[in-house]
Amino acid sequence: MGKKSTLLSRVIGAPYILWAVLFIIVPIGMVAYYAFTDATGAFTFDNMLEIGKYTDTFLLSIWLGLLATVISLVIAYPLAYIIANSGENRQKIMMMLIMLPMWMNFLLRTYSWMTILEDNGFLTTTLNSVLEGAYVILDEAVKILGGGLKKPFEPIHLINTRGAVVLGMVYNFLPYMILPIYTVILKMDRSLIEAAQDLGCNKVQVFKNITIPLSLPGVVSGFTMVFVPSVSTFYISQKLGGTGTTLIGDIIETQFQTANNFHLGASLSFVLMILIFICLAVMNKFSDDDGEVII
Amino acid sequence: MKKKLLAVLFVFTILLSTLSPVCFAENEEKDYSHLKGTSINVYNWGEYISDGSEGSLDVNKEFTKRYGIKVNYTTFESNENMYNKLQSGGANYDIVIPSDYMIAKLIEEEMLVELDYSNIPNYKYILPKYKNLFYDPENKYTVPYTVGMVGLIYNTTMVDDEVDSWSILWNEKYKGEILMFNNPRDAFGIAQFLLGQSVNTHDTKDWDKAIELLKEQRPLVSSYVMDEVYNKMEGGEAAFAPYYAGDYLTMADVNPDLAFVYPKEGVNYFVDAMCIPKTAENKEAAELYINFMLEEEIAVANANWICYASPHALVLESDDYDLKGEPVLYPDESETPKTESFENLSYDIQNYMSQLWSELKVEGNTNIDAYIGLSVTFVLVVAFAIFKVVQKKKRERYYD
Repeated sequence: MGKKSTLLSRVIGAPYILWAVLFIIVPIGMVAYYAFTDATGAFTFDNMLEIGKYTDTFLLSIWLGLLATVISLVIAYPLAYIIANSGENRQKIMMMLIMLPMWMNFLLRTYSWMTILEDNGFLTTTLNSVLEGAYVILDEAVKILGGGLKKPFEPIHLINTRGAVVLGMVYNFLPYMILPIYTVILKMDRSLIEAAQDLGCNKVQVFKNITIPLSLPGVVSGFTMVFVPSVSTFYISQKLGGTGTTLIGDIIETQFQTANNFHLGASLSFVLMILIFICLAVMNKFSDDDGEVII
Repeated sequence: MKKKLLAVLFVFTILLSTLSPVCFAENEEKDYSHLKGTSINVYNWGEYISDGSEGSLDVNKEFTKRYGIKVNYTTFESNENMYNKLQSGGANYDIVIPSDYMIAKLIEEEMLVELDYSNIPNYKYILPKYKNLFYDPENKYTVPYTVGMVGLIYNTTMVDDEVDSWSILWNEKYKGEILMFNNPRDAFGIAQFLLGQSVNTHDTKDWDKAIELLKEQRPLVSSYVMDEVYNKMEGGEAAFAPYYAGDYLTMADVNPDLAFVYPKEGVNYFVDAMCIPKTAENKEAAELYINFMLEEEIAVANANWICYASPHALVLESDDYDLKGEPVLYPDESETPKTESFENLSYDIQNYMSQLWSELKVEGNTNIDAYIGLSVTFVLVVAFAIFKVVQKKKRERYYD
């Protein structure tokens, strides 16, 4: 019986294994192959040595990715908690609203952010006129007190800043943080909360001792799903970041699209994969430590 | 005898009358009915064909309507993009329309097939000065599609200096209002014209000097762009953008404050031409398509839509051509700027150039925020880890 079921499970699992081999194992193998060869196909470490030049770019990508992920988490956790604890109809509507922007293409959404954030764009002009108004009032107030602001009002710029890039990342990847946390909180065993309340926990204690530890798996998978695409993005940084924010994804894209240097591109990707892996391993280590969470 | 002669004459006349349509057809139009139901893959620049928008003629649809050949039309953003796609062999294209230097590279690497010009009778309309050009000196592989020059577009409401030189793109006054090409060849070209170098120099020292100049300019540049230039210039987001002359006309339609100049140091002159890659699977239909593109009606529709200068004799004379004699496209002899075309660079120089280009992109990025942020994160992570360990030990002691 046992043997039969393993055969059956093997047959059922075969397409998935084939899929994984074809589209995960083989591509990673190819990346590794290109990373350690030169144009003639001979083994070389030169590509890896050249990566030193891009250390700063790696650091910047990881930093902005991390920032975007943390901001997403801060926004997503309370939101997911509220949604999961609201009535069924309201839940449906709110999930719908979160999913709605994802029906539009990611590139189009980023492109329209470019237009919104431009100096003559809707958001910037509105924000600047509000700020200018506040500034004028402040100026008058200071004058009454017998002073006067030294500097004239300087309009703020939104486009081509790092803030714009982080905004683009948060906007685009936020749903990937909300969804897993929401699912985990929704599936949580309510009797545990009741038990804690019976044992005399107040609301804060219940949240801290029950809800947070039990929702950690959702946080970890949300973290992964936001952090990984943020670190490797190139479209968002190109459109919203201007010249000051070149991320490692841009460099890799250039190697493949323009420079035609697949080997350097592959070695950059290879190193990026390792770095992301390390970051996620650190992340997972934390949730494992509690002994309650198994990823 | 007379009767006989008459009879012969009669038969001859009949023969002639029945034969003549066949002869006519043979000379003027070959029979392409056997190609019906096949398809061709056309790979062209973005926004580079009359596509039926705003009441224009849909060229590809017209082709399908006339010959029953389906056109799979895809576009690329840069020559290098096109080259990578073609070289990787992932897709088969029957027609590609790259620029001169890229064509030279494709010819050198034997990636194109020779055209059979007898299948492209309309080739006779191409002006002689666009034949046997440097990229295809024996004229075996290509048929010119459009020609053009690079120039400097500027917004008259944002600029009060006289604009006649590339050096204005290095003027501190316009910091953050300057756009620059996001492809190495065109961007380097501008620096090289300013330095008085050849854009085809094979001396690495020249390239070093050019990259120094571009690095100097980088803090002033708001972003490196290609097709985004339309949005940014039309919306008044930037004061300057070097771009292709024909595209200026499109932008000026939307924003009349824009002006255009050919800087005195010299500009790039380019030809985009149709050619057939070795991997083409429907060469006969591809040649038919090239010939079709050279028909007067079609060529005029394209020239009107694309707004680039045309190498086609009939287009230049046609009354339907909206841009007939447009000075930006067809400047007088006296106003014609100094030009130089891009030629194919050697493999080493190309590599060197792309390496410099990647360096430019990350040059001078201040990453202090990243250092501080990552250090703080690191400290927090370590502190949290220590806290956890201590807590665990405490708990163990408690249970003991």
